[in-house]
Amino acid sequence: MKKWNLIVDVAECHNCHNCFVTCKDEYVGNDFPGYSAPQPLHGHRWIDILAKERGRFPRVEAAYVPIMCNHCDNAPCVAAGRGAVVKREDGIVLIDPRRAKGRKDLVGICPYGAIWWNEELQLPQAWTFDAHLIDSGWDKPRCVQACPTGALQSLKVSDEEMSEIVAANNLRPLVARHATRPRVHYKNLHLYDRLFIAGTVLAESAGVVDCLGEAQIELIKEAKVVSAVRSDAFGEFKIDSLLEDSGACELRILHPDFAAETVAVTLGKESLVLDPIPLKKTAPR
Amino acid sequence: MLFSVMLWSLAIALRVYSWGSPRLRALMAEKDFVAQIRVKDGSRGRWYRLAGGRLQSRVGIISDPDIVIRFKTASLGARVLVHLGSGMFHFAYPFLRPFLDPMLPINAAKGFAFEVQGKEDCSLQFTRIFNFMLTNHWRQGMPAAGGEIRYVNQTNGGPVFVYVKDGRIVRITPLEFDEEDAKGWSIEVRGQTFTPPHRATASPHGLASKSLVYSSKRLLYPMKRVDFDPNGDRNPQNRGKSGYVRISWEEALDLAASEIKRVRRQHGHGAILWSHSSHHTWGNVGYYLSAAVRFMNAIGHSKMVLNPDSWEGWFWGAAHHYGYTMRMGTAEPYGQIEDCLKEAEMIVFWASDPESTCASYAAFEGTVRRQWAKRLGIKMVHIDPYKNATAAWLGGKWIPIVPGTSPALAHAIAHVWITEGLYDKDYVEKRTTGFEKYRAYLLGEEDGTPKSPEWQAPETGIEPHVVRTLAREWAAKKTYLSCGGKGVAFGGANRSATGAQWARAMVCLMAMRGLGKPGINFGNLSVGAPLDMQFYFPGYADGGISGDVEATADAVQNYQRLPHLISMNTVTQKISRLRIPEAILDGRAEGHPTDSKSIEGQFMRFSYPSPGHSPIRMIYKYGGSHFGTTMESNRLAKALQSDSVEFILNQSIWDEGETAFADLILPACTNFERTDISEWASSGGYGHHNFNQLNHRVIVLQHKCIEPLGESKSDYEIFLELSKRLGLSTYFGEGKSELLWCREQFLSSDLPRMISWKKFLKKGYYVVPPETKSENRAPASMCWFAEGRKKDVPEPSPLPCEYGEEYLSGLQTQSGKFEFEPSSLKRFDDPERPPLNRYIPSWEGRQTKERFERFPLQLITPHPRFSFHTMGDGKDSIINDIVDHRVLIDGYYYWTARVNPIDAAKRGIGHHDLVKLFNDRGAVVCAAVVTDRITPGVVHAYESSALYEPIGEPGSSVDRGGCVNILTPKRHMSARTSASAPNSCLVEVAKWRGEAAI
Repeated sequence: MKKWNLIVDVAECHNCHNCFVTCKDEYVGNDFPGYSAPQPLHGHRWIDILAKERGRFPRVEAAYVPIMCNHCDNAPCVAAGRGAVVKREDGIVLIDPRRAKGRKDLVGICPYGAIWWNEELQLPQAWTFDAHLIDSGWDKPRCVQACPTGALQSLKVSDEEMSEIVAANNLRPLVARHATRPRVHYKNLHLYDRLFIAGTVLAESAGVVDCLGEAQIELIKEAKVVSAVRSDAFGEFKIDSLLEDSGACELRILHPDFAAETVAVTLGKESLVLDPIPLKKTAPR
Repeated sequence: MLFSVMLWSLAIALRVYSWGSPRLRALMAEKDFVAQIRVKDGSRGRWYRLAGGRLQSRVGIISDPDIVIRFKTASLGARVLVHLGSGMFHFAYPFLRPFLDPMLPINAAKGFAFEVQGKEDCSLQFTRIFNFMLTNHWRQGMPAAGGEIRYVNQTNGGPVFVYVKDGRIVRITPLEFDEEDAKGWSIEVRGQTFTPPHRATASPHGLASKSLVYSSKRLLYPMKRVDFDPNGDRNPQNRGKSGYVRISWEEALDLAASEIKRVRRQHGHGAILWSHSSHHTWGNVGYYLSAAVRFMNAIGHSKMVLNPDSWEGWFWGAAHHYGYTMRMGTAEPYGQIEDCLKEAEMIVFWASDPESTCASYAAFEGTVRRQWAKRLGIKMVHIDPYKNATAAWLGGKWIPIVPGTSPALAHAIAHVWITEGLYDKDYVEKRTTGFEKYRAYLLGEEDGTPKSPEWQAPETGIEPHVVRTLAREWAAKKTYLSCGGKGVAFGGANRSATGAQWARAMVCLMAMRGLGKPGINFGNLSVGAPLDMQFYFPGYADGGISGDVEATADAVQNYQRLPHLISMNTVTQKISRLRIPEAILDGRAEGHPTDSKSIEGQFMRFSYPSPGHSPIRMIYKYGGSHFGTTMESNRLAKALQSDSVEFILNQSIWDEGETAFADLILPACTNFERTDISEWASSGGYGHHNFNQLNHRVIVLQHKCIEPLGESKSDYEIFLELSKRLGLSTYFGEGKSELLWCREQFLSSDLPRMISWKKFLKKGYYVVPPETKSENRAPASMCWFAEGRKKDVPEPSPLPCEYGEEYLSGLQTQSGKFEFEPSSLKRFDDPERPPLNRYIPSWEGRQTKERFERFPLQLITPHPRFSFHTMGDGKDSIINDIVDHRVLIDGYYYWTARVNPIDAAKRGIGHHDLVKLFNDRGAVVCAAVVTDRITPGVVHAYESSALYEPIGEPGSSVDRGGCVNILTPKRHMSARTSASAPNSCLVEVAKWRGEAAI
């Protein structure tokens, strides 16, 4: 049985908001009986974009994470819905716009905050994967159609195939601790929920400071090298995908022409941007 | 004989058609009149009487007809009628066409051998009936699922499918091509084949169009200001404050026409100022350079001169070094995509954010190409005070810079190249002049100050080692320089006090690198796609139906291809757009023209008022609001309240900005409610081959998807109705509806060779096949120059007399070479623009100490990301809900302004706090976005908010609409230009506590 999935690549999302806009365009003012009631013009964000900055000026990075109904296989809203929320055979979760009337309780039950309360219609609402369009022959939802970078990708495959794709591409759910088995899978989520250490290696020679490329930077924890990168032409390096609260570590900066340096760092809740690290020329042998 | 048969056929056709068409019967019943068609000498003729919807027609001449259509001879009449009637026969038309002379009716009319005389309202009604018969059976749109019809339309952010059901738009989507649409080009680079996706992309503001069509801010009825009495007290001082009362179209049009007549009678034609936006809703018929020009030329007006506000530094600066005036000083846009992907090793983005500004109209067409570049490992550097969307997404080295100091960085890069011997000496020697002087300046031989990396550091805030690395990397790698969103200039740093210096420095740097050599060029993969450059379809500035051979590119191809009457505005008085407030308030204003024909054209200063001309007494305002794009915007509010302006008419779609300052409002409809025709991103004369930003050329029949909302009308219809009251309707409309003008455009193009009118009309678009043969593809920009060949890119500029040696040999400059010290500037004494591009610090910036102490933050106002200038913004659109665009606080959508955490902390400002940006020019309330992506000491807020909403008195209170140009200086980049410089602006920011006072 093939079912719908959505893959969101955080590295490719550049925050153009076409997914957000097309979701509004599709649902505001449009009633799709059996699928969804109209979305209010303002206020609702059935597809929304989370934003996060890591680091600090000038080594700052921005990550954007489109979020929406996860169409979970173990959906709390389906369980709590008592028939008001339906899990279709193709994996899509639909909040029945007739049977869910008045069910404000469903809004709070979604751990992802993807259900919105329509005050005027007294209705909980969420993104339907554009099921009404899928059922009329569309091969993808509108957010995927309008996405210019390919950050959003929909695919209808068997759960077995999807498991392989998840493993091969290191896909993760938005929030690992929820056991809802979402059908929206995230790629490169580390850009949002992990930390980096960034720095710049400089070389001082005859009173002139220059950027130092090709320096080896090793991250050492408990006497083991856990990661190694090289500095670029501007002397910049970045070690990414580090877990919060990793604690005390050491950075060793190596270059054949310069004396090695060691910098102690402590990883807490925030990414680290280190002060420039100047290396001194080794004495000629 | 044929003439009589044609006249008889017309009567028969009207009867037969009206039996089958209740709509035609209704149209025929609207007005009773008698039309006479005859030969001038009265020897032949037939009359047609419409009474209560019934047609009576007889051979002969009637004594008192309402209208007379008169031909010099029966033979001419027969031929003209055959021509006009042939369009009715859809299937036969392609076969008939070779035997028809499309110029015949026009030529006959020009010679007064074919005339329409009599009552304007009756002749207009007669043509409407005739046109209805011609076109009513034409089918538009494709059936879609669920009983919907899929129409096609075009926006400033790309072509779109429009799904309609029961007369209402259901959804608007990007175009997805089908099997019969031409496949995209492919290029082979570094062992890989790249082909763009078989679809068209669209911008968020284009995809938000439905919310704009059904916006609660639509103007749906003609309205008159409540305290405006044309025959009594006009109360101009209340413009912007008093409300409006709904009136009928009859009253509104009569008032507009009578005011046009009165002003011309009392003051002369020059007393009318036509003020329009630089952009409009899309379509070659409805665009401001088409129907509006035709009408405004027909009534005469003082011209508003648009400054090249997105190209300032390039036009007023760079062009002097290498020409390209017809491209506003921006480089050739050919072949860069293939060349860059094949050859380049690095792209330096300098004040360049293509993912936000989409190369103007190209939506995200360049996005996939930049993904290819990333995949190929091409290095990226981004020089910008803000870590913009492109930098944040593509990655690479971000070099933050103090706004306005980019020329200093450029000089220091050149300094490294010279001192380390890293520039292309052979190219400099063979292809350029004046380098020695520039070299001497850089080395400090002239003034004792070497323009070294150390020298620039206090200016730019960039450490010397970063500059040295950048210079060395740039020299070691074949590098594309991306300036502005388009890569070949546009936007960004060129809109500042040092904008001309910067653009000049950019072309000088590229001349030192060997501009035009493989992998060394301007661009960021936004322009230069390998498309078919020869397939002809007119762009929006190619004249449309304007007939204006002076102010549009009509004369280039359109005038020969599309039969239409010429139009000409005889008034010579003109006002620079940025000086309209001074012209009105002070009665005097100076300007420099955006004359792109030659390098020297821009030097021709003009003054207002022109000798012997009347000051402005009436403003015909057409299209969007100017507040958002006028520096020191509060000036405009005061000017519009001036009693020297007796009448302001505003013809707009939405209630925004300037509409509240009108005496009379005429509601226009959107492009989704009228018929038009166009090519995506094709600006024609305003940017030859501009469509080569795209992956696919897409030509669209812009369907009338729904009926105009409320009582709104298309601009064309409004002009036609006004023309009727001015005796101009036959001249203005030439008897054609918008749909018939669309067919004329279709026929004038290369489309009929590829697709039938019937199919094009129904399907709504055509994808022009790309250039498949590599020999036919346009070569890489300026390769010819680098190799010392004659120019071989397919652009018709510069004009023949602009060449110094042989035609097509060398550049537009006097020497034909790249001039480090331009001949043109040597002769033109502008102390702010010296021949040698010396660094002159900005006249408003960190160096202007006294002002900097009062207003210690630099405000930069780049082109907006989510709206297209004012389009898409405000108006209750869904774009407002994008939190990076506006933020909803206490029920109001506030414009966003980005502030560094250091600056925010100093002022106690938190994320999404309401803050007041202010200086001595005014104050604007924004929602603060606290971000490390902006350089400390700099505030970033997009320009061109659609809203201007002063809390108190217009012109002298706090604005909360987000009109940040209130704060930017009106001062020109240099006094001897008309260049705007909004990015040189100092402000202070404080928490806003609800006060109305600045």
